[in-house]
Amino acid sequence: MAVTAVTGRRAPHRSSRSRRPFSWTDPSVYFVALLLIATMLAPVVYIILGGFRTNAEITTDPAGLPTTWQTQNYLDVLTGSTFWQQVFNSTIVALATTAGVVTLGLMTSFIIARYRFWGRGAMYALFAAGLMFPLTVAITPLYILVKTLGLMNTLAGVILPQIGFGIPLTIIILVPFVRAIPDEIQEAASIDGCSRLGFFWRMVLPLAMPGVITVSILTFIQSWNGYLLPLFILNREETFTLPLGVQAFASEYSVDTAKVLAFTSLSMIPALVFFSLFQRRIVGGLTGAVKG
Amino acid sequence: MSETQHESVRLAPDPTPGLTKVGGDTPVVSPPAPRRRRKGIGWAARLEIALMTGPTLIVFLSFVILPVAMAAYYGFFSWQGYGPAEDFVGLRNYLLIFEDSTFIDALRHNGIIVVLSLLLQGPAAILLALLLNRQMRGQTLIRVLVFIPYVIAEVVVGTGWSLMLHGEGVVNAVLEKVGLGWLQTDWLADPKIAIWTLMGILTWKYIGFAVILFLAGLQGIPEELTEAAAIDGASYWQIQRRITLPLLGPTIRIWAFLSMIGALQLFDLVYIIWGQYVAATAGTSTMATYMVANGRNAGEYGYGNAVAVVLFFISLFAALLYQRFILRRDTEGAITGGRR
Repeated sequence: MAVTAVTGRRAPHRSSRSRRPFSWTDPSVYFVALLLIATMLAPVVYIILGGFRTNAEITTDPAGLPTTWQTQNYLDVLTGSTFWQQVFNSTIVALATTAGVVTLGLMTSFIIARYRFWGRGAMYALFAAGLMFPLTVAITPLYILVKTLGLMNTLAGVILPQIGFGIPLTIIILVPFVRAIPDEIQEAASIDGCSRLGFFWRMVLPLAMPGVITVSILTFIQSWNGYLLPLFILNREETFTLPLGVQAFASEYSVDTAKVLAFTSLSMIPALVFFSLFQRRIVGGLTGAVKG
Repeated sequence: MSETQHESVRLAPDPTPGLTKVGGDTPVVSPPAPRRRRKGIGWAARLEIALMTGPTLIVFLSFVILPVAMAAYYGFFSWQGYGPAEDFVGLRNYLLIFEDSTFIDALRHNGIIVVLSLLLQGPAAILLALLLNRQMRGQTLIRVLVFIPYVIAEVVVGTGWSLMLHGEGVVNAVLEKVGLGWLQTDWLADPKIAIWTLMGILTWKYIGFAVILFLAGLQGIPEELTEAAAIDGASYWQIQRRITLPLLGPTIRIWAFLSMIGALQLFDLVYIIWGQYVAATAGTSTMATYMVANGRNAGEYGYGNAVAVVLFFISLFAALLYQRFILRRDTEGAITGGRR
């Protein structure tokens, strides 16, 4: 990813709210917008509604609405242990990855942004170059490495590589945040008897929070949706994360379409909830991440 | 630890601030020196540096750099994944890759996907961004909804779409209902159609990302310019074509770069919808699915690593070319770069 420097501030010209005059008539704009939303949401809605139907209904009339709202499919999934086990695994992996990426990334960004030492530029360049190495390229040797370390079929075997691959973008985003903290604050803190590490805890951490949140959300969603790495590392059912679980469920119950749809729509919910809670941040973060 | 502030041991000259060349021609802004010069660093500071960067470096080097180096190494061996790699075969793996018509097909599919992604998603996303940039009721909600497919996991998207697109799926049923029954087809298995189906799904999934990026870019365009043009009598479309589009150029070019790299490394959706064997016959296999199918799944780890190296160099080559010829304008900082 070629992400240029990120500023901690919102994009400029936010104030341009009152925009250019309308030349289209209003209704047509709304019509196109509605059409767009319908296209984006129709598949999602179909999956959710399909979970409320019976297989017979789906077979005879794939495009119909549920006649009697069947909750059995959803209840089956929710009362089974598989789904919750996978939600639990996904949550552990995503939380640990996010915590690891943010902790390591913030500490290193602090050092790179505010210490002067030999090799600092080289270190930054090394992490930046990491953006050029996608997980896809390294997946086969990663699998061998994880196997050698004895971490096959453990969540740690997914978490550690994910942290490694999450670090470059985190550092690229966080270094400017930490550097933007005025030196005067550090001087004042030091006069008040605050050590450099104390400065890190008391000042850098809270002041870099917007950047930390953006990075956390991006990392969390990426980890939550991750497929390739779990596919290689996790082979035992009880270690499956949700994406693997959805796929396994879909092939296991391939004749029970309604149940697959119910399982699929339930597995969408966490990401959707997470996204709607933080959508402002995500959109804002992307606004900052790419220079327009 | 304040005593270290006053030590005057300069360890080394400051690393060059400003632009550093990384990974070829990728211009990366390296951190400029802190504004206020500290005198130097002492043992306490060195300890802090070691403690706070050490773990990061260990994780990064062992799980990112080492595997990439291992891929390069094992690519020269015929190796089944256990025991030490002893059967050194030199460049044979690489020769086999380029002699295998399945790989050439996969490479061609990647090429098609790159080009079609740019041609389909780019113009559509620009139009949508222009539309959503107008003041309208429910603007925020629409922006969020457009972004939703991007947030949903590839596996969910793949599973859902393959259920909808198979022969007796909902897509064909809807076509029947609205009187377009003659359009019904086997969306996934027909080699003539499948790649277009894939493009449709990719567009649906990733266009939200492009729209959000372009909207962010549009917000950076000063309103005075469009107002002035409007006063001079320019129509809405003239304004968009002559002012907005050129100024949106840098954003479009960065998006195109990300889209290109993503398309070259496409794996998840193809593997989930078409699986490891069908993808090749349906005409949707990519280099990454080829790598997994012929590497890990076939137990030929040396060969899989060689494919990974090829994939990496093709991506790198594309990235370097793109940056050399297209992104360079942006680093030159011309405000209207992109228009001739």
